Amino acid sequence: MRPLHPVSPGLRTVLGISFFVLFIAFWAWITLGGHVNRIFLADPLSMLRDGWRLLVEDRFWLDILITIWRVFGGFLLASVVAVPIGIAMGAWKPVEAFLEPFVSFARYLPASAFIPLLILWAGIGELEKLLVIFVGSVFQIILIIAVKVGSTRRDLVEAAYTLGSTNNSIVKRVIMPANAPEIAETLRLVLGWAWTYVIVAELIGSSSGIGYMIINSQSRLATGQIIFGIIVIGLIGLLSDFAFKAFNRWLFPWSLA
Amino acid sequence: MSKLLIEGVSRTFAGVRGGQPVKALMPVDLAVAANDFITILGPSGCGKSTLLRIVAGLEAPSEGRVLLDGKAVTRPGPDRGMVFQSYTLFPWLTVAENIAFGLRERGMAEKERDGIVASYVDLVGLKGFENHWPKQLSGGMQQRTAIARALANDPEILLLDEPFGALDNQTRGLMQELLLGIWERRKKTVLFVTHDIEEAIFMASRVIVMTARPGRIKSDVAIDLPHPRHYTLKTSPEFSGLKARLTEDIRAEAMRTAQAQPARA
Repeated sequence: MRPLHPVSPGLRTVLGISFFVLFIAFWAWITLGGHVNRIFLADPLSMLRDGWRLLVEDRFWLDILITIWRVFGGFLLASVVAVPIGIAMGAWKPVEAFLEPFVSFARYLPASAFIPLLILWAGIGELEKLLVIFVGSVFQIILIIAVKVGSTRRDLVEAAYTLGSTNNSIVKRVIMPANAPEIAETLRLVLGWAWTYVIVAELIGSSSGIGYMIINSQSRLATGQIIFGIIVIGLIGLLSDFAFKAFNRWLFPWSLA
Repeated sequence: MSKLLIEGVSRTFAGVRGGQPVKALMPVDLAVAANDFITILGPSGCGKSTLLRIVAGLEAPSEGRVLLDGKAVTRPGPDRGMVFQSYTLFPWLTVAENIAFGLRERGMAEKERDGIVASYVDLVGLKGFENHWPKQLSGGMQQRTAIARALANDPEILLLDEPFGALDNQTRGLMQELLLGIWERRKKTVLFVTHDIEEAIFMASRVIVMTARPGRIKSDVAIDLPHPRHYTLKTSPEFSGLKARLTEDIRAEAMRTAQAQPARA
């Protein structure tokens, strides 16, 4: 095969789907063929059956909605705080010098380790779930955006100055629009991580949500339900990522033209 | 009175990692009359771009000062329009919005802007491309837009830093004629930096030749060729004579640069 040679769209789709098919076939073979104990791993068919029962009888879709709300709520909260701070750090070097060391340190604090503390502070209600996602996302967003904004093309900034821009309008009319697509891409990336935090938050001290269903199923050895929950998370993540990508493309046609 | 006065302007860059400071530009004196088209010709790295950036206010001189209409230059401003060698159109704005950028910064109403933008779109021959993104344009079209963007601000002086350096030869020739045509009709004080001898003669009413680094002015040649100039001028005997003379000047400098290179490395 020639390195770096592009693949045709049709072949790309076929190859992409065929891995899913192989994966599920392998799963069916080891479970339905009796190669692993069914107590520990449900087969694809009972997984679907369990999932259907969850949705129809146990109103699992309510848990799904709650989890989605938590992800987007916490993520929105983090974005509203982090985007302006990130832009300010990238644009004004004294702000960066002031905040960068702390944010770099805080970025490595694991969000999951904050859960016990956040439960003490905020209880086990919705606020605590939002805060876990907030703590997990906010420092990441700040740092990535600060770096992107800091590497704004200098020649564009200089061109704007020679056209009469003031310091403030450089930030508003050059730095912000120039980095808007990258900022949106960063948010899309971090939204993916927020899905991990929400499940962790729901595994501990929760009475609703996809994570709660998963930990609940564990005690009943309902591996079919667990796998169904995991697949639901994957599907929602994929869908939201797809929507986010399409939205960015619609918002910034110039960056792809 | 001169439009632009460069008085003893020099530039020294701090040494890298404790090394010797590098002198990029020896003190330069230059007086530019109103509506003159001056080209600054020199080998690569002679500090000609540095000189232009100092006039633009994008860099500060180590010594000396620049006066525009008697006022000292301290920072960049809309009275000195600039066209860069790299493509510096704002990629998120259309051609028309790029040209309107300076007018918008000035707070001009949209209605008023539209008229001015349309006239400059026309001037650089980009009718029909007003709503294109920069990415959809060829290099020559991008630089035409950049020239229109700088001119739309009606600057006191137009600064061009090797604006056609990245273009292919044919496009470059057409761009030279376009810019010269605009200058012949509208009259503007222009400072144009290039390392291309033909370009320097064809465009200029006066060519300033600079020495190899550290740069200083080596010669100051008036170009009395008649206007309007046509590309066939480039093959005339007068043009060839000037070219031979400047080639000699610049060749000596290029050789000095080439010899200096190993010593610097």
